[in-house]
Amino acid sequence: MKKRDKKQLIEHIVHGIFAVLGLVTVASVLIITIYLIVSGMPALWEIGITDFLFGEKWASTAAEPEFGILPFVLTSVYGTAGAVLIGVPVGFMAAVYLSKKASKKVKNVILIIIDMLAGIPSVVYGLVGMLVLVPAIRILFNIPDGSGLLAAIIVLSVMILPSVIKVSVTALDAVPKEYEEASLALGANANETYMRVSVPAAKSGIAAAVVLGVGRAIGEAMAVMMVTGNAPNMPSIFQSVRFLTTAIASEMAYSSPGTLQQNALFSIALVLFLFILMINAVLNFFLKGDKDQ
Amino acid sequence: MKKRKTYSMLINILMYASIALVVSLVVFLVGYVMGKGISNITWQLITTKPSKLNGTIGILPDILNTVYIVVLSLIFILPFGVGSAVYLSEYAENKTFVKIIEYAAEILSGIPSIIYGLVGMLLFSNNFGASLLSGALTLTIMNIPTVMRTTQESLKTVPQSYRDGAFGIGAGKWRVVRTIVLPNCVEGIITGSLLSVGRILGESAALLFTAGFAHTLNGVFDIFTSPGATLSVALYVYAKDDGEFGVAFAIAAILMIMTLLINLSAYLISKYFSKKRAN
Repeated sequence: MKKRDKKQLIEHIVHGIFAVLGLVTVASVLIITIYLIVSGMPALWEIGITDFLFGEKWASTAAEPEFGILPFVLTSVYGTAGAVLIGVPVGFMAAVYLSKKASKKVKNVILIIIDMLAGIPSVVYGLVGMLVLVPAIRILFNIPDGSGLLAAIIVLSVMILPSVIKVSVTALDAVPKEYEEASLALGANANETYMRVSVPAAKSGIAAAVVLGVGRAIGEAMAVMMVTGNAPNMPSIFQSVRFLTTAIASEMAYSSPGTLQQNALFSIALVLFLFILMINAVLNFFLKGDKDQ
Repeated sequence: MKKRKTYSMLINILMYASIALVVSLVVFLVGYVMGKGISNITWQLITTKPSKLNGTIGILPDILNTVYIVVLSLIFILPFGVGSAVYLSEYAENKTFVKIIEYAAEILSGIPSIIYGLVGMLLFSNNFGASLLSGALTLTIMNIPTVMRTTQESLKTVPQSYRDGAFGIGAGKWRVVRTIVLPNCVEGIITGSLLSVGRILGESAALLFTAGFAHTLNGVFDIFTSPGATLSVALYVYAKDDGEFGVAFAIAAILMIMTLLINLSAYLISKYFSKKRAN
């Protein structure tokens, strides 16, 4: 009897340990949320939410500092939209090719190549962007400095390619063969079948791929930091700009704790976090739609 | 009829153009970085620390810091990642509970690294100072979902009959987990670790404010107190602040080679295990 009690005690303890380990993700999310809210609210309060969100001027170290983050928000939105506009069509067509047209061998090789693209660190993208893309833009458009929003859009559109392609390929692979066979039997040719039957059937998965790309693009900091020039201007295609992410990164290192400047940086992080949560909710909506079908 | 042919041809052109663009982008990126970087990798570069006196740059400190951070992070990541996967698949009975944990993991993998950097700074660096330990702890939170997911995937391949058989002959839950469930996680654990190492190698934004960006040469026992830049962070500093593009490309090439090796081993491992399962 005693041995049995001991055994049960051990079972309970082990169960408890695994439960604690399992809860660590939930705890992390809670801690991150709480820390961001607690450290992001004071500056919001002091500056005023409308002045902060819709102020057009950011001059955090001026004698009379101004903390308007509208330029950062708009830059992030435009930059992400631009990256999606370029990256998604390319990634989407590549995914259709890989899923429907390519032989199994070609598909596997190209997917490995795409994994390589996904594995390249963002600072390497930044470095190549700095030394190849920025000078190229400068010469091509004959402007004094090539670093700016356009360079960031191009770098980001390359960076979102792997996730767009891989998620789209998975979605397209899952389309039942019968759909395509029926379409072919009705006289549609191969490409018509892919574009008008397979793609609509995989639409929620493809939408998820797009949203995932949006999340990647809006959260990228270092690569963007290296190619945008980092001046807090309102966004314009050749203008040096700051994203929400780079606004945090570029001033964090020299702002001192407790100052309004640093607190405002935490508020920017809070805004960015809210964007990410919204994107996550949209992503979930699409993924759930896929499962219900 | 002609319209349909044109449409089909247009789709073909777009498909081939897109895939050609993607592949040539990768070839260009890898070729360019390797071409510019490999010639800059010298023995002196990888075995010394930067010296103002001689005017030389060495990345030994950054290499060591990277190794410390990778090892330290994995030590923290593995128990949490594997533990939560085991909990979800073996212990948790409440469906909502499972959903909440999985949703939390999803949110974690969507949070940008700059936000991890900030929270890591508030949570760890402000308490134990900017150090490799703070950096590793920050990366731990980032990478738990990865290991959790790959472990969950490999647990799905364990046939329910194995567990039922063990329970049937009187084994307790812990014994089943220890002898049947955990040994079958090996593939997931290795894949998850490789993916995490890849992410840690490439990470910079989360480390800037937690582990710092000094090229300090650290001994093994300094990791809990001393800050230090990893290779990715060093690349950023050398390229952006110092304009030392030769060194930056050398580091980029080293990172690229390591990423290639990681991808290759992940590929071989998944092949090995799928072969093993087939037998």
